[in-house]
Amino acid sequence: MTSTLTIGSLEISSRLIVGTGKYANYDLMRSALDASGAQVITVAVRRERLVDDRGRSILDFIDLDRYTILPNTAGCFDAADAIRVARLGREILSQMNNPGREWVKLEVLGDRQTLLPDPVGTLEACRQLVKDGFKVLCYTSDDPIAAVRLKEAGATSVMPAGSPIGSGRGIANPSAIRIILERLKSGDPDYPVIVDAGVGTASDVTIAMELGSDGVLLNTGIAHARDPITMATAMKHACLAGRAAYLAGRIPKRLYATASSPWEGVISHIPGE
Amino acid sequence: MLIVVNGEEIDIAGCPTLADLVEHFGLGDRAVAVELNHELIPREQHADTRIRKGDCIELVTLVGGG
Repeated sequence: MTSTLTIGSLEISSRLIVGTGKYANYDLMRSALDASGAQVITVAVRRERLVDDRGRSILDFIDLDRYTILPNTAGCFDAADAIRVARLGREILSQMNNPGREWVKLEVLGDRQTLLPDPVGTLEACRQLVKDGFKVLCYTSDDPIAAVRLKEAGATSVMPAGSPIGSGRGIANPSAIRIILERLKSGDPDYPVIVDAGVGTASDVTIAMELGSDGVLLNTGIAHARDPITMATAMKHACLAGRAAYLAGRIPKRLYATASSPWEGVISHIPGE
Repeated sequence: MLIVVNGEEIDIAGCPTLADLVEHFGLGDRAVAVELNHELIPREQHADTRIRKGDCIELVTLVGGG
């Protein structure tokens, strides 16, 4: 059964990867993570707050035996900063002995308004981090050529955006995702391609999975839903449904109807016959 | 001794090493990564890494993110 997803050396049974940002509070985050069924969760690397009361750490609310932590380089706008942040994330996860210590979700962003990836900086950072021994899960746009270049640069997984981060616009260009899947999996069917960003609701996850994506990474769609825990449950089922539908093989779309009940033996008058 | 920690200039006394500084901020038992003048210093080297006047130090941790 192809229900598990292998990313580098890690095998995971849930194909949904969820972020830990933007929750109203840590208790809600913990419950939503649980409801999502995710085994891999993303985090960001930021300065410790030294002056005001630091309060509780997110790490107090994450079961490190249950989750693989995937540190991101969110907020980095050039390769040098992304490499720096990746190394800091690795240092922290090494202290926690979490399997995510080898990983980085690489983001090198172009600007703050679009949060679209800078393709040049992303490629440069990806090459260096691969050299440094990281397993790079690489956020990119839905540009198939950029995706191919990142795979060639050694990315462990290429993660095209469905639509801009936090936009909730779903899979804006399914054709581009299909081309990426075709190109990256040609002769390498197990190469993991994960749709990252833009998911607004459960059907977006299903669409991504039905296209043949290996997984979906999302954050805002759950964290900012009116009821994050229920939405997390919906996302879990959407992911399972989309994967199963992909494996089952959809029927082709047709312009005209095809009857489900037999014509043979009808007693009615059929117009035109 | 004036140093810069997380972008803020502070006057600090009694912290000869990075390990002392991490402890000073109450982070001794927390998962924290330290950069000294843009260079990552692994935790096992904190006790042997001396702080000098004008050093620029980053103390970072994990937060929620997507």
